[in-house]
Amino acid sequence: MQPIIRVENLGKQYHLGASQAPYATLRDTLVGAVRAPFRRWQSRAENSSNTFWAVKDVSFEIAPGEVVGIIGRNGAGKSTLLKLLSRITEPTTGGIDLYGRVGSLLEVGTGFHPELSGRENIFLNGAILGMHRQEIARKFDEIVEFAEVEKFLDTPVKHYSSGMYVRLAFAVAAHLEPEILIVDEVLAVGDAQFQKKCLGKMNDVAQQGRTVLFVSHNMGAVNQLCTRALQIAVGQVKNFGPTREIVTDYLSEMFKASSGDLAQLRTTRDEGNIRFTRIELSATGGTTLSFGQTVEYILTVEADVDMDELSIGSSVFNLSGHCVGSLVTREQFAVAAGNTVTLRLSVPGTNLAPGSYYASFSIGRGGHEGLRQDLDAIIGMPAFQVLPISDERDPVANWNPNWGAVVFREAHLTTE
Amino acid sequence: MEVTNDNRVLEPAVDIATAAKLSAHVAPPLLPDKPLVSIRPSKSWVALNLRDLWLYRDLLYFLVWRDVKVRYKQTALGVAWAIMQPLFTMLIFSFIFGRLAGIKSDGVPYPLFAYAGLLSWTFFANAVTSSGNSLVGSANLITKVYFPRLLIPVAAVIAGLVDFAIAFLLLAVLMLYYRVALTWNILMLPVLMLLTTLLAIGVGMWMSALNVKYRDIRYALPFVIQLWFFASPIIYPASIFQHWRWLLAFNPMAGLIEGYRAALYGRPFDWPMLALSSGLTLALLTYAAFTFRRMEKGFADII
Repeated sequence: MQPIIRVENLGKQYHLGASQAPYATLRDTLVGAVRAPFRRWQSRAENSSNTFWAVKDVSFEIAPGEVVGIIGRNGAGKSTLLKLLSRITEPTTGGIDLYGRVGSLLEVGTGFHPELSGRENIFLNGAILGMHRQEIARKFDEIVEFAEVEKFLDTPVKHYSSGMYVRLAFAVAAHLEPEILIVDEVLAVGDAQFQKKCLGKMNDVAQQGRTVLFVSHNMGAVNQLCTRALQIAVGQVKNFGPTREIVTDYLSEMFKASSGDLAQLRTTRDEGNIRFTRIELSATGGTTLSFGQTVEYILTVEADVDMDELSIGSSVFNLSGHCVGSLVTREQFAVAAGNTVTLRLSVPGTNLAPGSYYASFSIGRGGHEGLRQDLDAIIGMPAFQVLPISDERDPVANWNPNWGAVVFREAHLTTE
Repeated sequence: MEVTNDNRVLEPAVDIATAAKLSAHVAPPLLPDKPLVSIRPSKSWVALNLRDLWLYRDLLYFLVWRDVKVRYKQTALGVAWAIMQPLFTMLIFSFIFGRLAGIKSDGVPYPLFAYAGLLSWTFFANAVTSSGNSLVGSANLITKVYFPRLLIPVAAVIAGLVDFAIAFLLLAVLMLYYRVALTWNILMLPVLMLLTTLLAIGVGMWMSALNVKYRDIRYALPFVIQLWFFASPIIYPASIFQHWRWLLAFNPMAGLIEGYRAALYGRPFDWPMLALSSGLTLALLTYAAFTFRRMEKGFADII
């Protein structure tokens, strides 16, 4: 079958430090105004060896109607690949042929202007995403309904809550009708209810026979939405095939590299004022636990400013990327500016069935009452295995993975 | 606006029935034989790609509309600024240069003489300044979505036309006050406005592209515009250079400003000077457009 996207030997080289524009003082600048061009050329020449390939020798083809998940650690080159496919940046080598119109959604609300009303922003944002005026006007009511912002249509979006803002922005983007839709992790915003709606919308898009490329850290969503997955590592295609296989491979790799760099697993985009610096499993047996054993983590948190009323959120995922269970700590903690604290999180009684799992953590506020807001979030470590051995006589030795991830060990059967 | 990531870790998996997964989807669309878009590393000089500009004409409209709307929403005096800037400058210049220095004004009352120059100059200077800073100010757009980048500096210039039109209202009042009658020369006014706009687009887009690479432009631009002001016959007539006035024509704004005075006050046009200014304007516009396209491919990487 003829592909709708053909990528051949694609490469993108960046000059390190090329994006920095250090202008300190006005005096420097005035002097620099005359000399800067020459200085820049010199430094460019000196640093010419100081380059790296964000994407290199990437080739693949995608058939029309396919929904492809792009997975890989932070810094693997996923975002660069999307930018190349969306024509935001130009390749250094190779090329891409697109046999359809492309709509790309690398950020929710690109070009929203805070001073303009919701109504005005729908038109502006729609035009920025490549829609025509009549097209936006035709879909206007549908967009407003999807976003659930009818009452605030004429309010400047600067007065919107973050939830409303995201809903409106996604609603506009969701009504794009390109043959190829490129989506970068936008589903990671908004509340759970809205996320569900977004995924549903993407499913609709795909069912209309359109092609979707979808980058996510959320292996569960990738597993559910995508027919095939493309794994990127160090700028190259590492694996491309049926989603389930690729996701399982990718996740089991996390075991081997569980001591990896936290920055690669961070899902919060911007470096905030507080972050995890170390996450490890406090287990006597390394990364293995026996069934029923309390899971204990040691977390090191560093803050740049004074912060309090913080709590830890944590989830456990199985190897297909599905979340098995979650918690938000009742206990709160505080960190003083410039300090680090080490926390011990124990999770007894998980009843996790034998198998392989990985954890995620967030530092945040709320969750018990009101929405939870994450200040830092890490997905993918530590990874651990629950062994089919038990201190007590639990029926786990022959646990079948099809039975699920939780053992209901407190169950009782009585005769009446 | 900050967008928080509610429940990111807590509720990552979303339960869409696995049945909805697309094992069998509807018939795929018929694909064209040739790729719609073919992305390759470009050569150093690239075509203008006017087709793409046409496809995105609605975006140009909305960018202009946004600039105009936001400007008037955020300022308390709104439209009045469009008149006050050239008006007060005119009053001050009339006093200093017309009254104190006694600069000749080719037989037109000095306030009128100065206002015609200031009117077009104010538009040009504001348009070039906002256009020159427009790309850097749109970094978030440039790194997140594709569209012809040329639209950004062009939209910044076109948005300035609204102020330009408003400032003409004051001119009408001044002309009534000084009892200056319109002549057929006024027919040249739209042509002059078009040329001024094209010149502002040319300079603006060139500066905006350079500004991405060398942020010095942001500081150098106001300075250059100030020098350019004195090199243009705004507070003085081109005639004071006598037989050297052709030299002045190498500044395309000079021919245009003199042209405005001829068109508005019924004075004879200096056709050779106007022709040279027009030619330079078009040459500069073409050069700027191609330079912009050549630099465009690096914008997203260095902005």
